[in-house]
Amino acid sequence: MLTVNHYLALSGILFVIGTVGVLSKRNIIVVMMCIELMLNAVNLTFITFANYLNDMTGHLFVFMVMAVAGAEAVVGLAIVVALFRNRETLNIDKLNILKN
Amino acid sequence: MKQLVIPDVSLGAVGPEIVLVVTAILLLLLEVFTARKEKGYLAYTALGGVLLASAMTANMNGYTEMNFSGMYVVDNFASFFKLVCLLGTGMTILVSVTYTINEGISNGEYYALLLFATSGMFFMISGSDMVTIFMGLEVMSISLYALAGYTRNREKSNEAALKYFVLGALASAFLLYGIALIYGATGSTKLAIIGDSLRTGIANYHLIIIGAALLVVGFGFKISAVPFHMWAPDVYQGAPAPVTAFMSSGPKAATFAAFLRVFNEALPSMQADWWQIFWILSVMTMTVGNIMALRQTDVKRMLAYSSIAHAGYILMGFTTGDWFGVSAILFYMLVYTFMNIGVFAVVTIVARKNEEKTTFEDYTGLGYKHPIIGVTLVVLLFSLIGIPPTAGFVGKFYIFMSALQQGYVWLVIIAVVNSVISVFYYLRLTIVMYMTEETTEALPSLSLSPSLVTALIISIYGSLWLGVMPSSYITFAQAASLIP
Repeated sequence: MLTVNHYLALSGILFVIGTVGVLSKRNIIVVMMCIELMLNAVNLTFITFANYLNDMTGHLFVFMVMAVAGAEAVVGLAIVVALFRNRETLNIDKLNILKN
Repeated sequence: MKQLVIPDVSLGAVGPEIVLVVTAILLLLLEVFTARKEKGYLAYTALGGVLLASAMTANMNGYTEMNFSGMYVVDNFASFFKLVCLLGTGMTILVSVTYTINEGISNGEYYALLLFATSGMFFMISGSDMVTIFMGLEVMSISLYALAGYTRNREKSNEAALKYFVLGALASAFLLYGIALIYGATGSTKLAIIGDSLRTGIANYHLIIIGAALLVVGFGFKISAVPFHMWAPDVYQGAPAPVTAFMSSGPKAATFAAFLRVFNEALPSMQADWWQIFWILSVMTMTVGNIMALRQTDVKRMLAYSSIAHAGYILMGFTTGDWFGVSAILFYMLVYTFMNIGVFAVVTIVARKNEEKTTFEDYTGLGYKHPIIGVTLVVLLFSLIGIPPTAGFVGKFYIFMSALQQGYVWLVIIAVVNSVISVFYYLRLTIVMYMTEETTEALPSLSLSPSLVTALIISIYGSLWLGVMPSSYITFAQAASLIP
Protein backbone atom coordinates (compact mmCIF):
# COMPACT_ATOMS: atom_id res chain seq x y z
CA MET A 1 0.00 0.00 0.00
CA LEU A 2 1.42 3.36 -1.02
CA THR A 3 1.01 6.05 1.61
CA VAL A 4 1.66 9.80 1.62
CA ASN A 5 5.08 9.16 3.09
CA HIS A 6 6.16 7.11 0.08
CA TYR A 7 5.33 9.94 -2.30
CA LEU A 8 7.02 12.49 -0.08
CA ALA A 9 10.13 10.34 0.14
CA LEU A 10 10.19 9.93 -3.64
CA SER A 11 9.88 13.68 -4.23
CA GLY A 12 12.57 14.36 -1.61
CA ILE A 13 14.93 11.91 -3.32
CA LEU A 14 14.22 13.46 -6.75
CA PHE A 15 14.86 16.93 -5.34
CA VAL A 16 18.21 15.86 -3.88
CA ILE A 17 19.22 14.18 -7.17
CA GLY A 18 18.39 17.42 -8.98
CA THR A 19 20.35 19.55 -6.52
CA VAL A 20 23.40 17.32 -6.73
CA GLY A 21 23.14 17.40 -10.52
CA VAL A 22 23.03 21.20 -10.67
CA LEU A 23 26.07 21.45 -8.42
CA SER A 24 28.18 18.70 -10.00
CA LYS A 25 27.32 18.45 -13.73
CA ARG A 26 29.54 20.35 -16.18
CA ASN A 27 27.28 20.58 -19.22
CA ILE A 28 24.87 23.54 -19.16
CA ILE A 29 22.04 21.62 -20.82
CA VAL A 30 22.27 18.84 -18.23
CA VAL A 31 22.27 21.46 -15.48
CA MET A 32 19.04 22.90 -16.90
CA MET A 33 17.51 19.43 -16.97
CA CYS A 34 18.43 19.00 -13.32
CA ILE A 35 16.68 22.28 -12.50
CA GLU A 36 13.54 20.94 -14.22
CA LEU A 37 13.87 17.78 -12.16
CA MET A 38 13.94 19.84 -8.96
CA LEU A 39 10.84 21.78 -9.98
CA ASN A 40 8.99 18.59 -10.85
CA ALA A 41 9.97 17.05 -7.53
CA VAL A 42 8.31 20.05 -5.88
CA ASN A 43 5.24 19.54 -8.08
CA LEU A 44 4.98 15.97 -6.84
CA THR A 45 5.10 17.25 -3.25
CA PHE A 46 2.33 19.74 -3.96
CA ILE A 47 0.11 17.11 -5.60
CA THR A 48 0.69 14.68 -2.74
CA PHE A 49 -0.28 17.23 -0.12
CA ALA A 50 -3.23 18.49 -2.17
CA ASN A 51 -4.57 14.95 -2.43
CA TYR A 52 -3.92 14.23 1.25
CA LEU A 53 -5.50 17.49 2.46
CA ASN A 54 -8.29 17.34 -0.14
CA ASP A 55 -7.52 20.96 -1.08
CA MET A 56 -7.27 22.63 -4.48
CA THR A 57 -4.48 25.13 -3.72
CA GLY A 58 -1.80 22.55 -4.35
CA HIS A 59 -3.15 21.79 -7.80
CA LEU A 60 -3.26 25.50 -8.59
CA PHE A 61 0.33 25.90 -7.49
CA VAL A 62 1.45 23.08 -9.78
CA PHE A 63 0.02 24.85 -12.82
CA MET A 64 1.81 28.04 -11.81
CA VAL A 65 5.09 26.14 -11.40
CA MET A 66 4.70 24.51 -14.81
CA ALA A 67 4.14 27.89 -16.48
CA VAL A 68 7.13 29.38 -14.68
CA ALA A 69 9.33 26.40 -15.58
CA GLY A 70 8.42 26.89 -19.24
CA ALA A 71 9.25 30.60 -19.18
CA GLU A 72 12.47 29.91 -17.33
CA ALA A 73 13.56 27.29 -19.87
CA VAL A 74 12.92 29.72 -22.74
CA VAL A 75 15.05 32.48 -21.25
CA GLY A 76 17.70 30.00 -20.12
CA LEU A 77 18.06 28.43 -23.57
CA ALA A 78 18.20 31.90 -25.18
CA ILE A 79 21.07 32.79 -22.85
CA VAL A 80 22.82 29.51 -23.72
CA VAL A 81 22.45 30.23 -27.47
CA ALA A 82 23.88 33.75 -27.07
CA LEU A 83 26.76 32.34 -25.03
CA PHE A 84 27.48 29.55 -27.50
CA ARG A 85 27.72 32.05 -30.38
CA ASN A 86 30.50 33.92 -28.60
CA ARG A 87 32.34 31.14 -26.83
CA GLU A 88 31.49 27.87 -28.61
CA THR A 89 31.45 25.90 -25.39
CA LEU A 90 28.81 24.39 -23.13
CA ASN A 91 31.24 23.50 -20.34
CA ILE A 92 30.59 25.44 -17.16
CA ASP A 93 34.21 25.12 -16.04
CA LYS A 94 35.35 27.16 -19.04
CA LEU A 95 33.16 30.10 -18.04
CA ASN A 96 35.70 31.85 -15.89
CA ILE A 97 36.46 35.26 -17.39
CA LEU A 98 34.64 37.02 -14.56
CA LYS A 99 37.10 37.14 -11.72
CA ASN A 100 39.16 39.56 -9.72
CA MET B 1 -24.43 20.99 -6.75
CA LYS B 2 -21.60 23.30 -5.83
CA GLN B 3 -22.06 26.91 -6.72
CA LEU B 4 -19.38 28.79 -8.57
CA VAL B 5 -18.48 31.82 -6.48
CA ILE B 6 -16.76 34.67 -8.25
CA PRO B 7 -14.66 36.53 -5.70
CA ASP B 8 -14.63 40.29 -5.34
CA VAL B 9 -12.13 41.82 -7.70
CA SER B 10 -11.11 45.43 -7.34
CA LEU B 11 -8.88 46.45 -10.21
CA GLY B 12 -8.19 49.79 -8.53
CA ALA B 13 -5.90 48.02 -6.07
CA VAL B 14 -3.66 46.79 -8.88
CA GLY B 15 -3.79 50.10 -10.77
CA PRO B 16 -0.03 50.77 -10.65
CA GLU B 17 0.71 47.24 -11.87
CA ILE B 18 -1.73 47.65 -14.75
CA VAL B 19 -0.06 50.93 -15.72
CA LEU B 20 3.39 49.32 -15.66
CA VAL B 21 2.41 46.27 -17.71
CA VAL B 22 0.39 48.29 -20.25
CA THR B 23 3.31 50.72 -20.69
CA ALA B 24 5.67 47.78 -21.19
CA ILE B 25 3.44 46.24 -23.87
CA LEU B 26 3.05 49.66 -25.49
CA LEU B 27 6.84 49.97 -25.60
CA LEU B 28 7.13 46.62 -27.35
CA LEU B 29 4.65 47.81 -29.98
CA LEU B 30 6.27 51.23 -30.42
CA GLU B 31 9.63 49.53 -30.82
CA VAL B 32 8.42 47.82 -34.00
CA PHE B 33 6.99 50.98 -35.56
CA THR B 34 9.86 53.34 -34.72
CA ALA B 35 12.79 54.17 -36.93
CA ARG B 36 16.17 53.40 -35.37
CA LYS B 37 17.16 57.04 -35.08
CA GLU B 38 14.03 58.08 -33.21
CA LYS B 39 14.17 55.46 -30.48
CA GLY B 40 15.34 57.95 -27.86
CA TYR B 41 11.79 58.84 -26.88
CA LEU B 42 10.98 55.25 -25.82
CA ALA B 43 12.91 55.88 -22.59
CA TYR B 44 10.72 58.86 -21.78
CA THR B 45 7.58 56.81 -22.49
CA ALA B 46 8.82 54.29 -19.93
CA LEU B 47 9.60 57.11 -17.51
CA GLY B 48 6.06 58.45 -17.99
CA GLY B 49 4.66 55.05 -17.03
CA VAL B 50 6.84 54.95 -13.92
CA LEU B 51 5.75 58.45 -12.88
CA LEU B 52 2.06 57.61 -13.37
CA ALA B 53 2.46 54.42 -11.35
CA SER B 54 4.24 56.41 -8.60
CA ALA B 55 1.40 58.92 -8.44
CA MET B 56 -1.17 56.11 -8.16
CA THR B 57 0.88 54.31 -5.49
CA ALA B 58 1.35 57.50 -3.49
CA ASN B 59 -2.42 58.02 -3.68
CA MET B 60 -3.02 54.62 -2.08
CA ASN B 61 -0.95 55.55 0.94
CA GLY B 62 -2.93 55.21 4.14
CA TYR B 63 -5.52 52.71 3.07
CA THR B 64 -5.56 48.99 3.69
CA GLU B 65 -7.41 46.47 1.62
CA MET B 66 -7.33 42.74 0.96
CA ASN B 67 -8.12 41.73 -2.57
CA PHE B 68 -8.44 38.82 -4.98
CA SER B 69 -9.75 36.47 -2.26
CA GLY B 70 -7.01 37.38 0.16
CA MET B 71 -4.10 36.89 -2.24
CA TYR B 72 -3.22 40.53 -2.66
CA VAL B 73 -2.98 43.21 0.00
CA VAL B 74 -2.60 46.96 -0.30
CA ASP B 75 -1.23 48.65 2.82
CA ASN B 76 1.27 51.31 3.87
CA PHE B 77 4.06 48.76 4.05
CA ALA B 78 3.48 47.78 0.42
CA SER B 79 3.12 51.38 -0.75
CA PHE B 80 6.44 52.37 0.82
CA PHE B 81 8.36 49.51 -0.77
CA LYS B 82 6.63 50.10 -4.12
CA LEU B 83 7.71 53.72 -4.09
CA VAL B 84 11.30 52.65 -3.34
CA CYS B 85 11.18 50.22 -6.28
CA LEU B 86 9.73 52.88 -8.59
CA LEU B 87 12.47 55.28 -7.51
CA GLY B 88 15.04 52.64 -8.43
CA THR B 89 13.40 51.93 -11.80
CA GLY B 90 13.01 55.62 -12.66
CA MET B 91 16.62 56.40 -11.86
CA THR B 92 17.79 53.34 -13.80
CA ILE B 93 15.88 54.56 -16.86
CA LEU B 94 17.55 57.97 -16.57
CA VAL B 95 20.98 56.33 -16.34
CA SER B 96 20.21 54.03 -19.29
CA VAL B 97 19.22 56.69 -21.85
CA THR B 98 22.74 57.50 -23.04
CA TYR B 99 24.04 54.04 -22.27
CA THR B 100 21.68 52.30 -24.70
CA ILE B 101 22.48 54.83 -27.43
CA ASN B 102 26.25 54.53 -26.92
CA GLU B 103 26.20 50.74 -26.85
CA GLY B 104 23.90 50.53 -29.87
CA ILE B 105 21.40 48.20 -28.18
CA SER B 106 17.79 48.58 -29.23
CA ASN B 107 15.68 50.39 -26.69
CA GLY B 108 12.16 49.04 -26.65
CA GLU B 109 12.69 45.62 -25.12
CA TYR B 110 15.18 46.95 -22.63
CA TYR B 111 12.70 49.35 -21.02
CA ALA B 112 9.86 46.85 -21.38
CA LEU B 113 11.91 44.29 -19.41
CA LEU B 114 12.66 46.90 -16.72
CA LEU B 115 8.95 47.60 -16.34
CA PHE B 116 7.97 43.92 -16.34
CA ALA B 117 10.55 43.31 -13.61
CA THR B 118 9.06 46.21 -11.63
CA SER B 119 5.54 44.80 -11.94
CA GLY B 120 6.89 41.48 -10.64
CA MET B 121 8.35 43.29 -7.64
CA PHE B 122 4.95 44.87 -6.97
CA PHE B 123 3.23 41.50 -6.84
CA MET B 124 5.93 40.23 -4.53
CA ILE B 125 5.62 43.20 -2.20
CA SER B 126 1.82 43.02 -2.07
CA GLY B 127 1.53 39.24 -2.04
CA SER B 128 -0.31 37.89 1.00
CA ASP B 129 -0.36 34.40 -0.42
CA MET B 130 2.64 32.25 -1.33
CA VAL B 131 1.29 31.92 -4.89
CA THR B 132 1.39 35.67 -5.49
CA ILE B 133 4.81 36.03 -3.88
CA PHE B 134 6.26 33.18 -5.94
CA MET B 135 4.79 34.42 -9.23
CA GLY B 136 6.01 37.97 -8.57
CA LEU B 137 9.46 36.67 -7.73
CA GLU B 138 9.62 34.71 -10.97
CA VAL B 139 8.37 37.56 -13.17
CA MET B 140 11.05 39.75 -11.60
CA SER B 141 13.83 37.14 -11.82
CA ILE B 142 13.18 36.03 -15.40
CA SER B 143 13.19 39.65 -16.59
CA LEU B 144 16.44 40.18 -14.73
CA TYR B 145 18.12 37.11 -16.31
CA ALA B 146 17.33 38.57 -19.73
CA LEU B 147 18.52 42.04 -18.70
CA ALA B 148 21.82 40.74 -17.30
CA GLY B 149 22.61 39.22 -20.71
CA TYR B 150 21.19 42.14 -22.68
CA THR B 151 24.46 43.19 -24.33
CA ARG B 152 24.55 39.81 -26.00
CA ASN B 153 27.74 40.34 -28.00
CA ARG B 154 29.83 40.82 -24.88
CA GLU B 155 31.18 37.58 -23.44
CA LYS B 156 31.14 38.95 -19.89
CA SER B 157 27.46 39.77 -20.15
CA ASN B 158 26.66 36.25 -21.45
CA GLU B 159 28.55 34.65 -18.64
CA ALA B 160 26.91 36.86 -16.00
CA ALA B 161 23.44 36.04 -17.36
CA LEU B 162 24.11 32.31 -17.34
CA LYS B 163 25.49 32.27 -13.80
CA TYR B 164 22.58 34.38 -12.59
CA PHE B 165 20.11 32.10 -14.35
CA VAL B 166 21.46 28.81 -12.98
CA LEU B 167 21.83 30.00 -9.39
CA GLY B 168 18.58 31.98 -9.50
CA ALA B 169 16.63 28.95 -10.73
CA LEU B 170 18.26 26.83 -8.03
CA ALA B 171 17.17 29.38 -5.41
CA SER B 172 13.61 29.39 -6.79
CA ALA B 173 13.47 25.61 -6.51
CA PHE B 174 14.56 25.77 -2.86
CA LEU B 175 12.00 28.47 -2.12
CA LEU B 176 9.32 26.41 -3.82
CA TYR B 177 10.15 23.28 -1.87
CA GLY B 178 9.93 25.31 1.32
CA ILE B 179 6.51 26.61 0.30
CA ALA B 180 5.36 23.05 -0.53
CA LEU B 181 6.39 21.74 2.90
CA ILE B 182 4.72 24.63 4.72
CA TYR B 183 1.61 24.05 2.64
CA GLY B 184 1.67 20.40 3.65
CA ALA B 185 2.04 21.23 7.32
CA THR B 186 -0.65 23.91 7.51
CA GLY B 187 -2.99 23.13 4.60
CA SER B 188 -2.87 26.62 3.17
CA THR B 189 -0.62 28.96 1.25
CA LYS B 190 -2.23 32.11 2.68
CA LEU B 191 0.12 33.86 5.07
CA ALA B 192 -2.60 34.72 7.60
CA ILE B 193 -3.94 31.15 7.76
CA ILE B 194 -0.41 29.73 8.08
CA GLY B 195 0.14 32.11 11.00
CA ASP B 196 -3.12 31.05 12.67
CA SER B 197 -2.49 27.33 12.37
CA LEU B 198 0.97 27.79 13.84
CA ARG B 199 -0.44 29.75 16.75
CA THR B 200 -3.05 27.12 17.54
CA GLY B 201 -0.40 24.44 17.28
CA ILE B 202 -2.19 22.09 14.88
CA ALA B 203 0.61 22.25 12.31
CA ASN B 204 3.31 19.62 11.95
CA TYR B 205 6.26 21.32 13.60
CA HIS B 206 9.06 19.36 11.86
CA LEU B 207 7.75 20.11 8.39
CA ILE B 208 7.44 23.78 9.29
CA ILE B 209 11.04 23.94 10.52
CA ILE B 210 12.41 22.37 7.32
CA GLY B 211 10.13 24.52 5.18
CA ALA B 212 11.17 27.74 6.93
CA ALA B 213 14.84 26.81 6.56
CA LEU B 214 14.36 26.27 2.82
CA LEU B 215 12.58 29.64 2.59
CA VAL B 216 15.58 31.30 4.23
CA VAL B 217 17.86 29.65 1.65
CA GLY B 218 15.65 30.78 -1.25
CA PHE B 219 15.27 34.36 -0.08
CA GLY B 220 18.92 34.43 1.07
CA PHE B 221 20.03 33.75 -2.49
CA LYS B 222 17.98 36.63 -3.84
CA ILE B 223 19.26 39.17 -1.28
CA SER B 224 22.81 37.75 -1.66
CA ALA B 225 23.27 36.83 1.99
CA VAL B 226 26.43 34.87 2.83
CA PRO B 227 26.78 31.84 2.28
CA PHE B 228 24.41 32.17 -0.70
CA HIS B 229 26.20 35.16 -2.22
CA MET B 230 28.61 33.58 -4.72
CA TRP B 231 26.63 34.69 -7.78
CA ALA B 232 26.57 38.38 -6.85
CA PRO B 233 30.17 39.48 -7.66
CA ASP B 234 30.22 37.74 -11.05
CA VAL B 235 26.79 38.99 -12.08
CA TYR B 236 27.40 42.55 -10.89
CA GLN B 237 30.68 42.65 -12.78
CA GLY B 238 29.43 41.16 -16.03
CA ALA B 239 25.97 42.72 -16.38
CA PRO B 240 25.59 46.13 -18.09
CA ALA B 241 26.25 48.87 -15.50
CA PRO B 242 22.71 50.35 -15.45
CA VAL B 243 21.27 46.85 -15.01
CA THR B 244 23.64 46.29 -12.10
CA ALA B 245 22.38 49.53 -10.57
CA PHE B 246 18.83 48.26 -11.02
CA MET B 247 19.56 44.82 -9.54
CA SER B 248 21.13 46.27 -6.43
CA SER B 249 18.11 48.44 -5.58
CA GLY B 250 14.56 47.45 -6.52
CA PRO B 251 14.75 43.65 -6.62
CA LYS B 252 16.60 43.64 -3.34
CA ALA B 253 13.99 45.88 -1.71
CA ALA B 254 11.15 43.71 -3.07
CA THR B 255 12.79 40.51 -1.81
CA PHE B 256 13.28 42.07 1.62
CA ALA B 257 9.61 43.10 1.60
CA ALA B 258 8.40 39.58 0.80
CA PHE B 259 10.90 38.12 3.29
CA LEU B 260 9.59 40.44 6.02
CA ARG B 261 5.96 39.75 5.21
CA VAL B 262 6.40 35.98 5.21
CA PHE B 263 8.29 35.90 8.48
CA ASN B 264 6.19 38.52 10.27
CA GLU B 265 2.77 37.34 9.16
CA ALA B 266 3.12 33.61 8.60
CA LEU B 267 5.84 32.59 11.03
CA PRO B 268 5.79 35.14 13.89
CA SER B 269 5.29 32.43 16.52
CA MET B 270 8.72 31.04 15.61
CA GLN B 271 10.54 34.29 16.34
CA ALA B 272 12.32 32.66 19.29
CA ASP B 273 13.90 30.19 16.85
CA TRP B 274 14.71 32.36 13.89
CA TRP B 275 16.34 35.38 15.51
CA GLN B 276 19.47 33.29 16.04
CA ILE B 277 19.56 32.27 12.37
CA PHE B 278 19.28 35.89 11.28
CA TRP B 279 21.88 36.94 13.84
CA ILE B 280 24.41 34.51 12.33
CA LEU B 281 23.39 35.33 8.74
CA SER B 282 23.73 39.05 9.39
CA VAL B 283 27.19 38.77 10.98
CA MET B 284 28.48 36.44 8.24
CA THR B 285 27.05 38.59 5.45
CA MET B 286 28.52 41.88 6.60
CA THR B 287 31.89 40.44 7.59
CA VAL B 288 32.51 38.40 4.44
CA GLY B 289 31.20 41.22 2.23
CA ASN B 290 33.47 43.83 3.77
CA ILE B 291 36.60 41.67 3.93
CA MET B 292 36.26 40.42 0.36
CA ALA B 293 35.65 43.96 -0.89
CA LEU B 294 39.08 44.98 0.44
CA ARG B 295 41.00 42.98 -2.14
CA GLN B 296 39.04 43.75 -5.32
CA THR B 297 40.61 45.56 -8.28
CA ASP B 298 37.42 46.01 -10.28
CA VAL B 299 35.08 48.77 -9.09
CA LYS B 300 31.88 46.96 -10.09
CA ARG B 301 33.05 43.85 -8.25
CA MET B 302 33.97 45.93 -5.20
CA LEU B 303 30.50 47.47 -5.24
CA ALA B 304 29.01 43.97 -5.43
CA TYR B 305 30.73 43.00 -2.19
CA SER B 306 29.75 46.35 -0.70
CA SER B 307 26.12 45.59 -1.54
CA ILE B 308 26.49 42.19 0.14
CA ALA B 309 27.79 43.98 3.24
CA HIS B 310 24.82 46.37 3.19
CA ALA B 311 22.46 43.38 3.00
CA GLY B 312 24.15 42.25 6.22
CA TYR B 313 23.32 45.55 7.95
CA ILE B 314 19.72 45.29 6.77
CA LEU B 315 19.49 41.74 8.15
CA MET B 316 20.16 43.25 11.59
CA GLY B 317 16.65 44.68 11.38
CA PHE B 318 15.30 41.15 10.87
CA THR B 319 17.01 39.94 14.01
CA THR B 320 15.08 42.38 16.19
CA GLY B 321 11.74 41.28 14.72
CA ASP B 322 9.79 44.26 16.08
CA TRP B 323 8.23 47.22 14.28
CA PHE B 324 11.17 49.49 15.12
CA GLY B 325 13.52 47.16 13.27
CA VAL B 326 11.13 46.97 10.33
CA SER B 327 10.91 50.76 10.05
CA ALA B 328 14.73 50.89 10.15
CA ILE B 329 14.85 48.43 7.25
CA LEU B 330 12.37 50.53 5.27
CA PHE B 331 14.33 53.73 5.80
CA TYR B 332 17.66 52.05 5.01
CA MET B 333 16.30 50.60 1.76
CA LEU B 334 15.21 54.10 0.65
CA VAL B 335 18.59 55.63 1.48
CA TYR B 336 20.45 52.74 -0.13
CA THR B 337 18.50 53.12 -3.39
CA PHE B 338 19.38 56.81 -3.60
CA MET B 339 23.11 56.43 -2.98
CA ASN B 340 23.81 53.14 -4.75
CA ILE B 341 22.21 54.04 -8.08
CA GLY B 342 24.15 57.32 -7.98
CA VAL B 343 27.43 55.44 -7.59
CA PHE B 344 26.55 53.13 -10.47
CA ALA B 345 25.62 56.16 -12.59
CA VAL B 346 29.18 57.44 -12.10
CA VAL B 347 30.54 53.95 -12.90
CA THR B 348 28.48 54.00 -16.12
CA ILE B 349 29.93 57.36 -17.09
CA VAL B 350 33.54 56.40 -16.38
CA ALA B 351 33.27 52.95 -18.01
CA ARG B 352 32.79 54.52 -21.47
CA LYS B 353 32.05 52.41 -24.53
CA ASN B 354 31.91 48.61 -24.12
CA GLU B 355 32.47 49.05 -20.37
CA GLU B 356 36.22 48.66 -20.59
CA LYS B 357 37.22 51.12 -17.89
CA THR B 358 36.00 49.65 -14.64
CA THR B 359 39.20 48.99 -12.70
CA PHE B 360 40.55 51.21 -9.94
CA GLU B 361 43.34 52.52 -12.22
CA ASP B 362 40.76 53.97 -14.57
CA TYR B 363 39.71 56.40 -11.83
CA THR B 364 43.22 57.88 -11.58
CA GLY B 365 43.09 61.68 -11.49
CA LEU B 366 39.34 61.71 -12.09
CA GLY B 367 38.89 64.27 -9.32
CA TYR B 368 41.06 66.83 -11.16
CA LYS B 369 40.00 66.14 -14.73
CA HIS B 370 36.29 66.14 -13.92
CA PRO B 371 35.86 67.95 -10.60
CA ILE B 372 32.05 67.79 -10.51
CA ILE B 373 31.88 64.04 -11.12
CA GLY B 374 34.69 63.58 -8.61
CA VAL B 375 32.89 65.49 -5.85
CA THR B 376 29.63 63.68 -6.60
CA LEU B 377 31.29 60.29 -6.28
CA VAL B 378 33.01 61.31 -3.02
CA VAL B 379 29.72 62.43 -1.45
CA LEU B 380 28.02 59.18 -2.49
CA LEU B 381 30.92 57.07 -1.19
CA PHE B 382 30.83 58.97 2.14
CA SER B 383 27.14 58.16 2.31
CA LEU B 384 27.88 54.47 1.69
CA ILE B 385 30.47 54.55 4.50
CA GLY B 386 27.98 56.31 6.77
CA ILE B 387 29.75 59.55 7.60
CA PRO B 388 27.54 62.34 8.98
CA PRO B 389 25.77 64.42 7.68
CA THR B 390 24.96 62.01 4.86
CA ALA B 391 21.87 59.83 4.69
CA GLY B 392 23.95 56.67 5.01
CA PHE B 393 24.83 57.72 8.56
CA VAL B 394 21.19 58.21 9.60
CA GLY B 395 20.21 54.89 8.04
CA LYS B 396 22.96 52.99 9.82
CA PHE B 397 22.39 54.82 13.11
CA TYR B 398 18.70 53.98 13.01
CA ILE B 399 19.23 50.30 12.23
CA PHE B 400 21.95 49.97 14.93
CA MET B 401 19.64 51.68 17.44
CA SER B 402 16.87 49.20 16.72
CA ALA B 403 19.23 46.29 17.41
CA LEU B 404 20.58 47.97 20.56
CA GLN B 405 17.08 48.52 21.95
CA GLN B 406 16.44 44.78 21.76
CA GLY B 407 19.70 44.13 23.60
CA TYR B 408 21.82 42.78 20.74
CA VAL B 409 24.95 44.57 21.97
CA TRP B 410 27.42 42.18 20.35
CA LEU B 411 25.68 42.40 17.00
CA VAL B 412 26.00 46.19 17.07
CA ILE B 413 29.67 46.01 18.07
CA ILE B 414 30.42 43.66 15.16
CA ALA B 415 28.48 45.95 12.79
CA VAL B 416 30.42 49.03 13.93
CA VAL B 417 33.74 47.21 13.44
CA ASN B 418 32.52 46.26 9.96
CA SER B 419 31.67 49.87 9.17
CA VAL B 420 35.24 50.79 10.06
CA ILE B 421 36.58 48.08 7.74
CA SER B 422 34.39 49.40 4.93
CA VAL B 423 36.07 52.83 5.22
CA PHE B 424 39.27 51.32 3.76
CA TYR B 425 37.92 50.23 0.41
CA TYR B 426 35.59 53.18 -0.17
CA LEU B 427 38.38 55.62 0.65
CA ARG B 428 40.79 53.69 -1.57
CA LEU B 429 38.72 54.79 -4.55
CA THR B 430 38.81 58.41 -3.32
CA ILE B 431 42.59 58.21 -2.89
CA VAL B 432 42.98 56.88 -6.43
CA MET B 433 40.87 59.76 -7.70
CA TYR B 434 42.74 62.55 -5.93
CA MET B 435 46.16 61.41 -4.77
CA THR B 436 47.77 59.33 -7.51
CA GLU B 437 49.82 60.46 -10.46
CA GLU B 438 47.86 61.07 -13.60
CA THR B 439 48.44 58.63 -16.41
CA THR B 440 49.63 60.02 -19.70
CA GLU B 441 47.31 57.72 -21.64
CA ALA B 442 44.75 59.78 -23.55
CA LEU B 443 41.24 58.58 -22.79
CA PRO B 444 38.10 59.44 -24.71
CA SER B 445 36.22 62.21 -22.94
CA LEU B 446 33.27 61.47 -20.69
CA SER B 447 29.80 61.97 -22.10
CA LEU B 448 27.36 63.64 -19.73
CA SER B 449 23.76 63.87 -20.86
CA PRO B 450 20.90 65.80 -19.21
CA SER B 451 19.25 62.57 -18.10
CA LEU B 452 22.41 61.30 -16.39
CA VAL B 453 22.86 64.65 -14.67
CA THR B 454 19.26 64.47 -13.46
CA ALA B 455 19.87 60.99 -12.01
CA LEU B 456 23.01 62.25 -10.24
CA ILE B 457 21.19 65.28 -8.84
CA ILE B 458 18.39 63.07 -7.49
CA SER B 459 20.84 60.73 -5.80
CA ILE B 460 22.89 63.59 -4.32
CA TYR B 461 19.69 65.23 -3.10
CA GLY B 462 18.59 61.96 -1.48
CA SER B 463 21.97 61.24 0.07
CA LEU B 464 22.25 64.68 1.65
CA TRP B 465 18.66 65.73 2.37
CA LEU B 466 17.77 62.44 4.07
CA GLY B 467 20.87 62.93 6.21
CA VAL B 468 20.12 66.50 7.26
CA MET B 469 16.32 66.39 7.51
CA PRO B 470 15.39 62.72 7.92
CA SER B 471 12.46 63.17 10.34
CA SER B 472 9.59 63.31 7.83
CA TYR B 473 10.91 60.27 5.97
CA ILE B 474 11.40 58.38 9.23
CA THR B 475 7.82 59.20 10.23
CA PHE B 476 6.72 57.87 6.84
CA ALA B 477 8.74 54.69 7.36
CA GLN B 478 7.33 54.20 10.86
CA ALA B 479 3.77 54.60 9.60
CA ALA B 480 4.53 51.96 6.98
CA SER B 481 6.07 49.44 9.35
CA LEU B 482 3.03 48.64 11.48
CA ILE B 483 2.30 45.21 10.07
CA PRO B 484 -0.85 43.74 11.63
